[in-house]
Amino acid sequence: MAKHVLIVGGGLAGTIVANGLCRQLGNELRSGQLSITVLSATDTHMYQPGLLYVPFGRIREAELFRDERKVLDRRIAFFVDPVTRIDVDANKVTTESGKSYGYDYLVIATGSRIMPQEVPGLAEGAHWFYDLEGARKMRETLGTFAGGKVIVNSNVPHKCPVAPLEITFMLYDFLRERDLLKKSEITYTYPIGRLHALEPVANWAKPEMERLGIKYETFFNTKEVDAKGKTISSEEGVTLPYDLLVTIPPHKGAQVIMDSKLGEGGWVPTNPKTLHREGSNNVFVVGDTTNIPISKAGSTAHFEADTIVDNLVSLLQEDRMAREYDGKVYCFVETGTKTGTYVWFNYTTPPNPGPPSQMIHWFKLAYNRLYWLSARGLL
Amino acid sequence: MMAERRKIDARGAFCPGPLMEMIATLKLSQVGDEIEVWSSDKGSSKDIPEWVAKVGHELVSNEERDGYWSIVVKKLK
Repeated sequence: MAKHVLIVGGGLAGTIVANGLCRQLGNELRSGQLSITVLSATDTHMYQPGLLYVPFGRIREAELFRDERKVLDRRIAFFVDPVTRIDVDANKVTTESGKSYGYDYLVIATGSRIMPQEVPGLAEGAHWFYDLEGARKMRETLGTFAGGKVIVNSNVPHKCPVAPLEITFMLYDFLRERDLLKKSEITYTYPIGRLHALEPVANWAKPEMERLGIKYETFFNTKEVDAKGKTISSEEGVTLPYDLLVTIPPHKGAQVIMDSKLGEGGWVPTNPKTLHREGSNNVFVVGDTTNIPISKAGSTAHFEADTIVDNLVSLLQEDRMAREYDGKVYCFVETGTKTGTYVWFNYTTPPNPGPPSQMIHWFKLAYNRLYWLSARGLL
Repeated sequence: MMAERRKIDARGAFCPGPLMEMIATLKLSQVGDEIEVWSSDKGSSKDIPEWVAKVGHELVSNEERDGYWSIVVKKLK
């Protein structure tokens, strides 16, 4: 009997799974034994890490986008029809247009979204670069910024854990290149007691910030922002004045996950190795959507998606799982506008970042284009 | 609503790590709920209590088990 794999979400994770299955299951697709459907809320695929460069005018907006239909293998049925309900008991999802889709295997790849409105005053008082509209506004503001107190502020949870450091060092270089450093002061705030979640990265960042004169405030969980008075206050009792506030907003998972009662905050309880939804053996969860205590990042989505592809292929062909996800995460870290480094780790290997270099920065710039090969399942 | 105890198994979680996972879970919790974090990082047994004291939640327990630490925090506000 023909099998149907349904993928909810057309971001990086869902796209890699869909394309990866096509590459390995050509015979099954050709014979009609298998069909693959992707449901997405949008017809456009965005390269999200590219948003980091938008505030500085270092990337053209058009470079961030591709038509998702063209990124997906043509053998995949693709519909722009947001899913409004996922019923894992009935093996069925329903969409905004009122259609229902059954499945033999479901892959939930609904991702995460920024929620600046969850902190009083944050949406009114802060800039961010986690969506195109916010990144454009930040670019406009930076274009006329004449110097002052700059705060880079991080909220929990957030995706792309290295972004707070990247934007800080890039802002430093931006101000230096515009000869605004003497008129400016950068303060970096972070929710825990060191400068980054990854201890080796924090150990690198601390002397680097001290060398550059970047101030920092640890144990800073945002309580509220006074957009008129231009101050930001923490749950820990610290209030800082600012002229320019750049925030990494708190995130939540997709509304459909919450509406379907699949996980608090929109995060689906997921087995960290098999990537099964807890309680289901025909539902996989991938990317930001999981509740696995691991970085929400494109590379996490990529490596998880590769695991799910291998397992779905084995399940469909031989009725067995092929392998477990080992927790691998790989992140480039831009350490300014001209240098970069990288860090990788998994469930058992701690991170050990190398010294920043121009070469790694160039490779990151190259990856900004190579990304589309990842999405197609080629890299 | 009855207070709940939520468990986070953050053993081997290098990033974002046990404390950030706990902060994220506290945001989804009600006053009176308890969060039990398991961490394989000894540093958690120090930095979680330090943060809890700064913010004003309650440290219920902090104990070493077989190769990991179990830290229980009660949300007070």
